[in-house]
Amino acid sequence: METSTLPLSSSIRGKLISAGYTSLSSISSVSSTDLARDVDITEEEAFEVSKMANQITGSNGNINGSKNAWDMLNEEESLPRITTSCSDLDKILGGGISCRDVTEIGGVPGIGKTQIGIQLSVNVQIPRECGGLGGKAIYIDTEGSFMVERALQIAEACVEDMEEYTGFIHKHFKANQVKMKPNDLLENILYFRVCSYTEQIALVNHLDKFISENKDVKVIIVDSITFHFRQDFDDLSQRTRVLSEMALKFMKLAKKFSLAVVLLNQVTTKYTEGSFQLALALGDSWSHSCTNRVILYWNGDERYAYIDKSPSLPSASASYTVTTKGLRNSSSSSKRVKMM
Amino acid sequence: MANKLIGEMSLPKRFTYIFAARNIITAKEALSMTELQLMELLDVAMKDVKSAISFISEAASPPCLSARSLLEHKLAKEHLSGHLPTHLKGLDAALCGGIPFGVLTELVGPPGIGKSQFCMKLALSASFPSAYGGLDGRVIYIDVESKFSSRRVIEMGLNSFPQVFHLKGMAQEMAGRILVLRPTSLSSFTESIQEIKHSILQNQVKLLVIDSMTALLSGENKPGPQRHHQLGWHISFLKSLAEFSRIPIVVTNQVRSRNRDETSQYAFQAKLEDGFQKHARTYDSHLVAALGINWAHAVTIRLILEAKSGGRIIKVAKSPISPPLAFPFHITSGGISLLSDNGTELKGPEINSIQARGHSDVINFHGDCSY
Repeated sequence: METSTLPLSSSIRGKLISAGYTSLSSISSVSSTDLARDVDITEEEAFEVSKMANQITGSNGNINGSKNAWDMLNEEESLPRITTSCSDLDKILGGGISCRDVTEIGGVPGIGKTQIGIQLSVNVQIPRECGGLGGKAIYIDTEGSFMVERALQIAEACVEDMEEYTGFIHKHFKANQVKMKPNDLLENILYFRVCSYTEQIALVNHLDKFISENKDVKVIIVDSITFHFRQDFDDLSQRTRVLSEMALKFMKLAKKFSLAVVLLNQVTTKYTEGSFQLALALGDSWSHSCTNRVILYWNGDERYAYIDKSPSLPSASASYTVTTKGLRNSSSSSKRVKMM
Repeated sequence: MANKLIGEMSLPKRFTYIFAARNIITAKEALSMTELQLMELLDVAMKDVKSAISFISEAASPPCLSARSLLEHKLAKEHLSGHLPTHLKGLDAALCGGIPFGVLTELVGPPGIGKSQFCMKLALSASFPSAYGGLDGRVIYIDVESKFSSRRVIEMGLNSFPQVFHLKGMAQEMAGRILVLRPTSLSSFTESIQEIKHSILQNQVKLLVIDSMTALLSGENKPGPQRHHQLGWHISFLKSLAEFSRIPIVVTNQVRSRNRDETSQYAFQAKLEDGFQKHARTYDSHLVAALGINWAHAVTIRLILEAKSGGRIIKVAKSPISPPLAFPFHITSGGISLLSDNGTELKGPEINSIQARGHSDVINFHGDCSY
């Protein structure tokens, strides 16, 4: 490991290298006071440098921040999932959109991306008694397609469903009904309208602080991640760098606050193997950024969702419909979930 | 907020100087770089870059609203709770009251189907006094294809709102509120929409119509990718214009025939062995909207006007609020009117197909223009 891999400003890095500290082990072998004198930097700076070097070279078996796979399994199993209100879709997703993960959902215009976004921002609020998360939603709207009237419709349908559900459980205790109103559900959707890519980057940077102040955010929906980057960004390689940094930050947020991040993506045409095909926008290197990728498409008369990429789920497809009440099972689907 | 000055963000003085010295003046310039790039450029420690970035980010972030306050604001502040009625009962019901404010609504269809008729009627309805269900404002009508006809507008008014239009001087008053622009090239269009931005706020403009977006581009002889990019700027400009002035923007789009090598499939779909696919293929029509998929993503509502076995049909092809519905319509002297207010719900490829078959009847309207 070389010194140049450390995230240091160029002047400090230059000083370190010119003083002969070219490898990390050479830095971690001296005390920070010696380092400061040798390299001619302040004591604080030297302390930071040796701390970083020690973290990376950390020689004992318990490396800082690592976890063993068994603990991770237990943790994963206890994680709640956000239902999509379409049980076929939930099934192929392993029970719903998983928390602590970044999920990308893409599809052609009019397929229902925004619908899924609004549905999730309502569903995340289903209280724990009803098998939900009882959390809040952050809705980042870059396209201006969030329709509050539609959110109200979906919230009303959700409240009805919950009343039915609790009515079923507490048949004999009439007083024990859930007292949620559609307006309360709207209150817990925190809406940001983003009008340029600068604002988008700024907001993502700021979310860490925002979520620490507003507890209980359990889902972040970005509708869509693509729009501004597709219109105004000229330098494509710079776009890739900025986007991958953004993806990393989303991943960090997902882990830190154990919330679900759902990024909606647009579709573009791509020339591969001698023919034009549809593909999700933002290019190949972006495809690596998300943990799960779901593609929505038309199959004959029905809308289908296909799991294109996931480390833990088998690729599968399931049909769904968009009704006045929101996302639901496709009526004609005789429960034909296809596993491949 | 993207162009907020870093100097005015109460950042610690030290950082303000460093940013200024490297000629990074606005939030946009600072945030378009990754943290590592910034660190390299400013020559400060990672920790400092992070804290400076979080400062700048907080200042440049858009404000947070709850969906509930959004709804309350809409109901309280906006006329007709933010919708421009089309006066087509079934369609208005499907769209929760009409063409929504603040977003782009697109009309796609073959030539002669009635797109301009629809636009003119909307222009009229926006200029109407609010007592009669209008918005009582001015309309800017960007008429690229030279299809706007004042005579026709007044005729529509006389036939569909006789109670208002027969009042003395009303025709003049209403028609006087519609400002028609006829740009001849994309660059002059670009100039005029930038001017419009200011006049919208000053002059009570309540509707912007662009008929059509496609014609603007066909005049330009630039090669493919360039053309695509040029529109990129317009898409985001128009969207933000709609958003900030809270007016509906209606644009029309032409159709073109589908190229042979164009598909509407993903790579993985070819792998799925499915009888449905072939079925879908044969179902496809030969016409597609002229502006590509990037544009289609940008519009919030897409209405398709098409001709099918002799009749005309208007379809809600994309809308966050309405299911895909189809309404048969015809064009009378009073403009477009629906034959039935009960839409039929569409499925699958039907939603986005554009048919022009059996559409030969010329729009004929025999109304007397007495004004």
